[in-house]
Order: sequence, then C-alpha cells, then structure tokens
Amino acid sequence: MTAPTAGPAVGPPLGMLAELTHRCPLQCGYCSNPVELLKANRELDTQAWLDTFEQAADLGILQVHLSGGEPTLRKDLERLIACLDARGVYTNLITAAVTLTRDRLEAFAEAGLAHAQVSFQGACAETTERVGHYKNAHQKKRQAAAWIRELGLPLTVNAPIHKLNIHEVPDFVALALELGAERLEIANVQYYGWAYLNRAALLPDYDAVMRQVDYVEKTREELTGVLNIDFVTPDYYADYPKPCMGGWAADAFMITPDGTVLPCHAAQTITSLAFHRVGEKPLREIWENSEAFNRFRGFDWMPEPCRSCERKEIDFGGCRCQAFAMTGDAAATDPTCIKSPHHAALRDLPPEEPIRRRVVGRQSAST
Amino acid sequence: MTPFRTRVVITSASRPLVPPHVHLRFDDLRGKWVVLAPEKVLWPDEIGADILGRCTGAATVSDIVGGLAEDYDAPAEQIAPDVLAFLQEWCDRLLLRCEETK
Repeated sequence: MTAPTAGPAVGPPLGMLAELTHRCPLQCGYCSNPVELLKANRELDTQAWLDTFEQAADLGILQVHLSGGEPTLRKDLERLIACLDARGVYTNLITAAVTLTRDRLEAFAEAGLAHAQVSFQGACAETTERVGHYKNAHQKKRQAAAWIRELGLPLTVNAPIHKLNIHEVPDFVALALELGAERLEIANVQYYGWAYLNRAALLPDYDAVMRQVDYVEKTREELTGVLNIDFVTPDYYADYPKPCMGGWAADAFMITPDGTVLPCHAAQTITSLAFHRVGEKPLREIWENSEAFNRFRGFDWMPEPCRSCERKEIDFGGCRCQAFAMTGDAAATDPTCIKSPHHAALRDLPPEEPIRRRVVGRQSAST
Repeated sequence: MTPFRTRVVITSASRPLVPPHVHLRFDDLRGKWVVLAPEKVLWPDEIGADILGRCTGAATVSDIVGGLAEDYDAPAEQIAPDVLAFLQEWCDRLLLRCEETK
C-alpha cells in the first residue's frame, strides 16, 4: 500500500450488501441485525434504492447482495433487480424463502436475478422450526429451493451454525446435495446484534467446533466439482482474527434499510463513529472521503502490537466492532487474537438464558 | 428426484460451457477481465479470459486447443495439457459445465 501523505488510496468497491428491510417472518435468535430493528416506515422508498444502485454501479460495484430481514417482503424487489441487472451488476438474493411463491421467483428470474441463497436453520424440519419459530418453514424452504432450481438459477444453501444445530452439519451437506445446490455455506454464527445478545445460548463448545472443522475440511475435498462448500469459521475459538470484510472499507460496504452507509454489518455499534445516509451525500463521497470509512482504512491507524505484526496483511487487524464491544476501544487489538490482553476474557460468557427471539420493536437490549 | 451432480472430468472430447449464471465480461473501470459468479468475483488473465470465451458448449476441448494454437502460434500438443488443467480447475469450481460428445 502506497499512501505517503494523502491517506490510504481508495479503490473502487467490489461488493455491496443492501439490507432492504428489517422485516422478517422468522425470529431467529442468531440474527446479526441490530437489536433495535427499523420498522417499515423507516425504509428507503423504491426511487431512493434505484438511485442508490445507479450510484453504486457508477462507483464500480460488481456484486450486490439483496438481503434483510427478508428482502422479498419488498414489493419492488423485481424493479430493484432489473435496475442492477441493466447495469451489469451481479445480483445475489439472500432469502429465508418461507413466504415465496413460484410466480414471484419467476419474476425475479425474469428481472435478471443471477443467484439465490436460501437459509436453512436446521437440516431437518424440527430444528428449522425450532430456531426460526415459523410453522412448516422447512417444507416451504425445500419447495422454494426446488423452484429456484427449476427456474435454472444457481442455488446456495446457507446453514448458520450454532449450538442448536452444529451436530447437523453432515445432514446439511446431504440436504444441499439433495436440493441440487451448487454452494453450501457452513456459516458459523458471527456474534453481532441478536447473536451477541444470545451468545451464551448459541456458542457451541470447543470440541464440537473442532469436530466440525475436521469434517468440513475432509468433505469439502471429497466433493470437489460437485458442491462448493464455503466455510465461515467461528472466531471465538481462533488464535488469530478473521480478515473481517477483507479490511475496513477495503472493497465492500453495506446499506441499512434507512439508507445508512456502513463499512460493515455492525459498524453502528461503534458509538464514536458518525455515518451518513444516501441522499445526504453522494455514495462516492461517503466511500472515498467520509471520516468513518477512512478511520480504519489501511494500516496507519493500527496501534501496537498490530502495527508491527507480521499478520497485519493477512487479517487487516480483524474486527473493529468486536474490539469495541469487548474493550471499549475500536482501535484495540481484536480480542480474538492471542496477542490481545482480552483474549482469555472472550470466552467468559454471561449466564445462559433462553434465546431472545428476533422481533421488530423490542424495547431494549438489556432487559 | 434429480440425480446428484457428479464431478466432470475434462477430456479432449468435452464441450465446456460457461453457464448462464456465470458472467464473463471486460470491466472498463478496472481495465481487466472479470468473472462474476455466486458470491464470487474472479480475475482471469487475458489468456484465461480468451479460453473461457471459447467455452460455448459447441466447441470441443480439441477445437478450443486447435483455435488457441493457431491464434497464439503455439504447438497444440504443447498447450493442450495447460488448457485441460485450466478447464478442469474451472469445472471443479462449478464455473464451467460440460457436455460430453455422444
């Protein structure tokens, strides 16, 4: 990285996560959305999203992940997909798929949808229903997945893994194969938002995680050319941080339902940072020049021991939100790193409580 | 029920195809070829992009190798192993599909 005086050089971003809504038919306690969810009346309207997507395409975005909440609850989703497709932007739909019809999926495909990802809370009906609190969810998801394949779209099965379903990892592989998925995401829950609130009930024990790592690595090899398995490891048991977002504001950003532009999912938890909304400023201005985006860009912000660490170009200093949540200092070493003085405290969990269900309009996170 | 997908082994008779959901295009802003696939962005080099552009589902690997040999003025038998390895790798990542000659 060459950035002598003018701050880090800012290249064009590759990807953008658009959280179109916080509304969702499921109530999963592992959700990484903020505990204070936005109601429908705070959502950007169609024109604002279209304008944002045009700006994102001008800025160089190549992929958009249409997510939420449940993005298909937006009645204008077809129009948003068509706008992105017309600009050559690759569209990934990230859906819970319990409220979808075949007609709707067909409309998405006709609008130019490139890929659909369906979440499965369990590999069997009982677990899926228990985690998401939605009746017959598993059957509905299987049906939607079959429609996606019928329409000729590539399918990803997303399996968010935590204590309640970690024993089902082999069954998730079987499910993905049976449904004709091209990709399976074994995504160990990242502890932000609701997942952080519920972490004591969700974090699997160390041995279960290690068994899972061995199984996934072996299976991924065996299924080369048949199923792509992407594995998001649980960083609570790691010795070093994950390369969170590939570095702060390095090649991706996200937009919340009310149009707030963030370097990552959880950035708003860093209370010392101020973020802008689309409409207030051009997206390019926010990406290239905003203080919050530049705060942890590159390497110059790093204190020791990160600054002289040989791993800094591997993990880019890990996760700023996790550092802030556990140390109160967003520039501190990510506590998942063994070099952090807070590393041991990482696994000191609060007393286990029943899982709090993700609902819009919850009064306070602390009750 | 549809049978499970099986791993494709590329031979000179295979007819590789970039499937519709895998988008190969030149990115004007960055001045290089890009492949867009589910949750993935890949940057093939010029020759890689050229090979992928020839994967239409109609041409066999032999045809592709022959065309490359001519255009790059290189002996077919010399480039064939590299082209096969390249195609196998892209097939293994499910970024190419194959039709076998009946």
